[in-house]
Amino acid sequence: MGLLTSLTSTAGSWVSQQVSSRVPLGDLDERDPDYIRDRLPLVWLLASLWFRAEARHLERIPATGPVLLVGNHSGGNMTPDTLVLTLAFTSYFGVERRFYQLAHNLVVQAPGAGMLRKFGTVAASHENAHKALATGAALLVYPGGDHEVFRPSWQRHVVDFGGRKGFLRLALQEGVPIVPVVGIGGQETALFLSRGEWLVKLLRLDKTFRLKALSVSLALPWGVNIGDFGLHVPLPAKLVVEALDPIDLRERYGDDPDLDVVYDDVIATMQAAMDRLAAERRFPVLG
Amino acid sequence: MRVEQKTVVLAPRERVWELVSDPRRYAEFMEGLAVADVLSESATGPGARWAVRLVVGAAALGGTVEVVEHEPPGDLAWNAVTGISLRGRWRLRERTPGRTEVVFRLAYQAPGGLGGLLADRVAAPVVRRRMRHSLRTLKTLVET
Repeated sequence: MGLLTSLTSTAGSWVSQQVSSRVPLGDLDERDPDYIRDRLPLVWLLASLWFRAEARHLERIPATGPVLLVGNHSGGNMTPDTLVLTLAFTSYFGVERRFYQLAHNLVVQAPGAGMLRKFGTVAASHENAHKALATGAALLVYPGGDHEVFRPSWQRHVVDFGGRKGFLRLALQEGVPIVPVVGIGGQETALFLSRGEWLVKLLRLDKTFRLKALSVSLALPWGVNIGDFGLHVPLPAKLVVEALDPIDLRERYGDDPDLDVVYDDVIATMQAAMDRLAAERRFPVLG
Repeated sequence: MRVEQKTVVLAPRERVWELVSDPRRYAEFMEGLAVADVLSESATGPGARWAVRLVVGAAALGGTVEVVEHEPPGDLAWNAVTGISLRGRWRLRERTPGRTEVVFRLAYQAPGGLGGLLADRVAAPVVRRRMRHSLRTLKTLVET
């Protein structure tokens, strides 16, 4: 067992190194407004017809200047909430306003992820995050990441960042407001059964690929879907994303806030919005 | 894609003009098209600029429009100068005294070749329905 684990770890490190050295960095320069403009109609068709998506209260997002959008994450690796929010933000403010989304390195560097990079998806690193905000852009982060996106479907109405507070430090360091964005419906696009954390530990994927979860789900067209690396066809669940009021951390909590208190407040605010959106839904998937 | 809706309002056209020429009153009767802000010194007249939002499906399409034709009390037209390609026009014609024919036109074009063409077609019924509702509300507002 020890030898198998060691071999898996070595092979994993080697693959990770090889992949990293060959793929694009996914930096800020890859965003292409003309490309986005040309693809928006197709994204709109998908969001409007398949997901019957609604984006609410984008007017709460400051019209200019850097801003950190903080969302709850759902839907496995397909992340339909990102699709809807990107469409909504870009069509509301225009493709000219720079808008970036942080994503896991594996997502940004995956084959065929060129489209995402042109839409402004960049590798989740401190450097990219600070650089994006410093240049006056809007930045979307999902603090819950793979921990949240693979939560079981019966926890679909729970906002769970897994205690990650890096987004608060980022907002404080850059002096930008945060705008919580709550999305509902994404976790109904497949039946997510488990995060598979035990599998990650067994295969040491947390060390080699920074993975925290290896989900187990029932999804089209695979049936049982482990890891969701081959993606899946999402069920046409109704998606709603809603921007909440902006929060200026220094104004509300002072110059040296207790991050635990701020974190709990942000989560409570988002959970209250999620509960309200959940109360509007009558049936899973149908909405 | 050009979408047009008409109605007849039982009122002189000056009364209809008061509403359709003032973006600050659009919230009272427009559905799906909102004027979020007046960006020019004057809210009305040639050269006036408005920040508009056209809500269709999953997107609220934003942009700035500029009034390019302002002939009281008959013709008002605007063109988008940023955002999506959008043109709008109000035509008010008083065929008989106290009976105004109101024509509302929106012309828009999504980018992206075939995808844009398809999106235009899919959006048209939604846009048409909202324009119809807007005209109905406008008629009620003026006649009561």
